[in-house]
Amino acid sequence: MSTLYTKDHEWVAVDGDIATVGITVYAADKLGDVVYVDLPAVGSTVAAGKIVGEIESTKSVGELFAPLDGEVVERNESVVDDPSSVNADPEGAAWLIKVRFTELPELLSAEQYAELTA
Amino acid sequence: MSDTPSRLSPLDAAHEAAGASFTDFGGWRMPVRYGSDLAEHEAVRTAAGLFDLSHMAEFLVVGPQAAAFLDAALAGQASAIANGRAKYSLLLTEDGRILDDLVVYRLADDEFWVVANAGNHDVVAAELVARGAGFDVSVGDETFTCALVAVQGPDSVAVVGRLDELDVELDAIRYYGIVETTYRGQPILVARTGYTGEDGFELYLDNPGAEQLWNDLVAAGAVPCGLAARDTLRLEAGMPLYGHELTADIRPREAGLARVADVGTPGARVLVGLASEGRRAGRAGYPVLRGDTVVGEVTSGALSPTLGHPIAMAYVDADASAVGTELSLDVRGTAIPATVVPLPFYSRKKA
Repeated sequence: MSTLYTKDHEWVAVDGDIATVGITVYAADKLGDVVYVDLPAVGSTVAAGKIVGEIESTKSVGELFAPLDGEVVERNESVVDDPSSVNADPEGAAWLIKVRFTELPELLSAEQYAELTA
Repeated sequence: MSDTPSRLSPLDAAHEAAGASFTDFGGWRMPVRYGSDLAEHEAVRTAAGLFDLSHMAEFLVVGPQAAAFLDAALAGQASAIANGRAKYSLLLTEDGRILDDLVVYRLADDEFWVVANAGNHDVVAAELVARGAGFDVSVGDETFTCALVAVQGPDSVAVVGRLDELDVELDAIRYYGIVETTYRGQPILVARTGYTGEDGFELYLDNPGAEQLWNDLVAAGAVPCGLAARDTLRLEAGMPLYGHELTADIRPREAGLARVADVGTPGARVLVGLASEGRRAGRAGYPVLRGDTVVGEVTSGALSPTLGHPIAMAYVDADASAVGTELSLDVRGTAIPATVVPLPFYSRKKA
């Protein structure tokens, strides 16, 4: 299993043909306290680069972009119920969706992402 | 983000050390939050929060004609302000458009302290100088040498009262009062004003003393708060923010500020409060609808941390402005029902 990143400040943990997607610590810090999370329905088809959800804080609205093409196989209901978990553990317990994909697009390595946010 | 380097507060290093996130605000690099902006918001509503507002613009107006000059330059009558008192005022164009909102403190018969928004510093400075021509008055720009630290919240008197070196009787300062005194031997202005809807103090002193004062206030129990909390606090309190509710296209009557300057067209758009259910808030620029018709635009909005539901301020057509009117907000394509409610959304319980 390897973790990759996007320019939209999301992380993608790949395990076989399933990608777990969330936002990075950097993104969560920039947003501030998250108060509302809207995620795509299980079974919906998503396309790389398209907006599939929203992460809203007291101060601003962040968009959730699909990092790759595929089908949503699971969404993290605990995050919808408790949006503040996105601030507490954005790169762990507060993952957002799991997507079954056929082709992995070119994403950023941890080093490349670190450079982006430096 | 801008390519122009931001001005730094005299407290910048203290914020950096405290792990603040920063934002550019009015040309200054200022803390947006230290940790959780909800926790900071709550600290102000239930205890005492501490804000660095050193970006604000300050002008010292001195001279035998200081009062007459301010009567001519600003809305309202500065000459009617008693010594040691303050008044909310506006800088208007000749045709009544709002260039800035500001607070005027009278320090003495011939001495006033005028505090304006950081983002409008240059406009206010230029206008004060231009409008001062012909008056026997001097306008000193203190913005870049003066720090401003605010303590806000129900515990403000207790917290500021713990500063042994502050030579002041806090209970003697009424709301919108100000005294000149000393802190650790340095001159300081202690004003009972703020922008959060809570009791509190705004403390003005020269930059070199700011960090000591800040650290002393943290040690006294005040919780450092960033501009994110300040924005949700002032929104709950129904206070306008320049660039949102107030702009050079707005006249005072539209903004509900006829008490400050009775200028504007009756029957034009009106600033209202809107309350919704759920958790999705309208944001600045979102359309306000009645049925399918756009009747206005949101100027500020957030999920209210204190009330637990979304609130917004918006300009709407006068015939859609009555309290109780059912409208909706276009939240990125979804119509969210919103009801016109009285401002402010939140008022502290008066002791």
